[in-house]
Amino acid sequence: MVYVQVLVNGLVLGGLYCAIAVGFSLVWGVLNVINILHGSLIILGSYAAFFAYQYLNIDPFLFVPAAAALLFCLGYLTQLVFINPVMASPVLITLTLTFGLNLLLYNLMILAFKADFRKVILSPPLGSINLGGVIVPIDRLISMAFALALVGLLYALLRGSRIGRAIVAVRMDREAAQLMGVKVARIYAITFGLGAAMAGAAGSLFSVMFPISPEMANALLFKAFVICVLGGLGSVPGVMIGGLTLGTIESYSALFIGPEYSVTVSFTLLILLLMFRPTGIMGRRGFQ
Amino acid sequence: MTRLLLVAAALLILALPAIADNYVLRVATTMLMYSALALGWNFIGGFAGYPSFATAAFFGLGAYASGVLQTKGLPMVAAWLLAGAIAALFAAALGRAILHLRGHYFAIASLVVAEVLREVTNSATDLTGGGMGLNLPVLSADVTTQARLFYYATFVVAATALATAALVARDRLGFGLRCIQQNEDAAIVLGINTRRYKVVAFTLSAVFPGLCGAIYASWVNYIDPTDVYDVLLSVKPIVMVLLGGAGTVLGAVYGAFLFLLMEELVWRNLLEFHAGLLGIIVVCLVLFLPHGLRGGGWAFWRGRMGEAAP
Amino acid sequence: MSAMLRLVNVFRRFGGLVAVNDISFELRAGEIVGLIGPNGAGKTTLVNLITGVHRPGGGEIWYGRERIDRLSPDRIARRGIARTFQIVQPFPHMTVLENVAGGALFAGGAPTIREAKDRAMEHLEFTGLSALAERPASALTLANRKRLELAKSLATNPRLLLLDEVNAGLNAAEIDAALDLTRMIAERGITILLIEHMMKVVLTVTSRVLVLHHGELIADDTPGTVTRDPRVIEAYLGPKFATRYGSAAP
Repeated sequence: MVYVQVLVNGLVLGGLYCAIAVGFSLVWGVLNVINILHGSLIILGSYAAFFAYQYLNIDPFLFVPAAAALLFCLGYLTQLVFINPVMASPVLITLTLTFGLNLLLYNLMILAFKADFRKVILSPPLGSINLGGVIVPIDRLISMAFALALVGLLYALLRGSRIGRAIVAVRMDREAAQLMGVKVARIYAITFGLGAAMAGAAGSLFSVMFPISPEMANALLFKAFVICVLGGLGSVPGVMIGGLTLGTIESYSALFIGPEYSVTVSFTLLILLLMFRPTGIMGRRGFQ
Repeated sequence: MTRLLLVAAALLILALPAIADNYVLRVATTMLMYSALALGWNFIGGFAGYPSFATAAFFGLGAYASGVLQTKGLPMVAAWLLAGAIAALFAAALGRAILHLRGHYFAIASLVVAEVLREVTNSATDLTGGGMGLNLPVLSADVTTQARLFYYATFVVAATALATAALVARDRLGFGLRCIQQNEDAAIVLGINTRRYKVVAFTLSAVFPGLCGAIYASWVNYIDPTDVYDVLLSVKPIVMVLLGGAGTVLGAVYGAFLFLLMEELVWRNLLEFHAGLLGIIVVCLVLFLPHGLRGGGWAFWRGRMGEAAP
Repeated sequence: MSAMLRLVNVFRRFGGLVAVNDISFELRAGEIVGLIGPNGAGKTTLVNLITGVHRPGGGEIWYGRERIDRLSPDRIARRGIARTFQIVQPFPHMTVLENVAGGALFAGGAPTIREAKDRAMEHLEFTGLSALAERPASALTLANRKRLELAKSLATNPRLLLLDEVNAGLNAAEIDAALDLTRMIAERGITILLIEHMMKVVLTVTSRVLVLHHGELIADDTPGTVTRDPRVIEAYLGPKFATRYGSAAP
């Protein structure tokens, strides 16, 4: 019975992980940019939700669209101003750039919010429900539902809307897309904005489940990376598989080794994957 | 002309302790250490074109290896040398595991290594003191003598790094790495054992940071995992090489010098926002100075690899 | 005369697709052999198997008395098997001379960079590129890039040279020049396997032709015989033409 509980915990966590990783995967898959800022953007979204709850009494779940919108703008501008100029540069350059941007954002957050942990404490607390012997906290359940809904929304957007089709086209073949009249620079900015929006939304959900501090940013970034490598790059279903898998693995390892090693588990998993199967579970090659 | 400048510079460096006070010596030691780190990174990042973020891993490993050996009674210099060897061996093994990756995958793998080492060091409390840090045996010598000792030691490492880089640039190893950087598939077909060459470059990129870490540990007498595995130690050497204009071996040294100048003059005093300012510098560098301050630029990463002289 | 290269029941699949199926043939020293077949027949895969880029899923590849199907590509290159790429692969920011020197320095066995550059110069003269020695490789026209590709492989001192569609993208005059070069290379004693689309090339310069179709070897004979083989015609043009043109008098 314990194992079922652990599995459910893992899947619930995994749902949130999907939301955390999908923005990162989108940016990497379409722009071939590793967004080192991603973790910090999530935390920024968390802080926004936290302060909205504390001073404006807005429920973090209801704040999700606002967080997404705010971070979309930030992401859009960031790509337009800072990253678009170097899109043709080698991997090292764009990586160093997003590194620098992250250093800036991360340290600004520490300056503004200090490094202490904040936690959103919902009042009244939502409690838990008992599903046939398995206990699930309601806030986590709602988080997971929201997270999956967000991922689904993004998926629908990419497949259904004109912008989404353009994004997919740019991902498949940038030059062909340009020949079709797609304004690639704008698509880049929109894509990065979407990635940031997803990060912000995930951050809003994250604030309900975990204590927040800028120090979490790194761990979140690496989790996003592991999920992308696990699930194969550039596809939403891949992110789902990766996210749920990582959540489950972490849940079980928390049981057997202890929760304080969750980050180490992610890292080890990542190294092993990169060494032996960089194409992940689905076996699809990402951008090299 | 360049030879002359180099000799003059070397003489000045050697003579510095006689004319400068301990503060200047300390700054100069940092400068030499930065040079060694940048030159070290250049083997894998510059020559071979593989974006390595593993410098912090090697630095921290060297620091802890040397520290632990010294707490077990090994004399300081022997511990330094052994630490360098350990860093090299680690890189050789790690290289076999991750050098088949390219681009982003390799970069992140190399980045994660430092984090893993940090976690491991944190947990191995009995050996390393864990999160509480490691105290190294204090030298029984006065402040000035110590300052000179660390200065000269770092100079030896930096000079060795420079000499090695110059030798590699002229040797078939350098030629081969250059081929790998420009078109790895074509390099293989020409008979280059790319796996071996990359591992050699990676090992060279580890030995100098490893030695620096070891010396650093003795210099400051106390190390903890967050300090010596700091990711900034991976990023700064890259920024230095980019600053100095990649494409020449001495570029790494120029970049280290410029970087240190900026650090000391501009933002040392803003300790709290130190890293944030580094972020701004990096962003400005990438966006506005595509050729570094000396020329060479990103075109470098798509190809050119110059000779040792500027 | 013993075979220089011998393939025995070589097999390779990629996922669900069988790219090369039970292929056996021999190359003898000094031959110029053509390898033809419709698109997707498996020609480049075969070259990749011989040069060690892929490992066969089954079968053996022998080079002289040594079995090479498990060796890495750089070791095979050092043993004297060279290849050119269909899409040329230069070192873009190195000079033409340096590009070729790379071949001489590594697989070619030159002891120093200086020596490698001297030898490279000879190969540049042979291929007519000596005037461009100091230009960056990226500045060359396509025809010259193909020559550079050839010069690089010659610099590795091969005994067996696999030329993968060296004539693609060249005009008629350039092709004639390339054919002359090919003959001159053979005269030096190098065995050549020529992967080709163009019948003109195959008929003029080869003494034997191998035909691949859907990964299988469907013919292994003189050019004249092969071009009249009904199976070959069917492979290229479909069954209707095979009955119409097959085994008709020339």
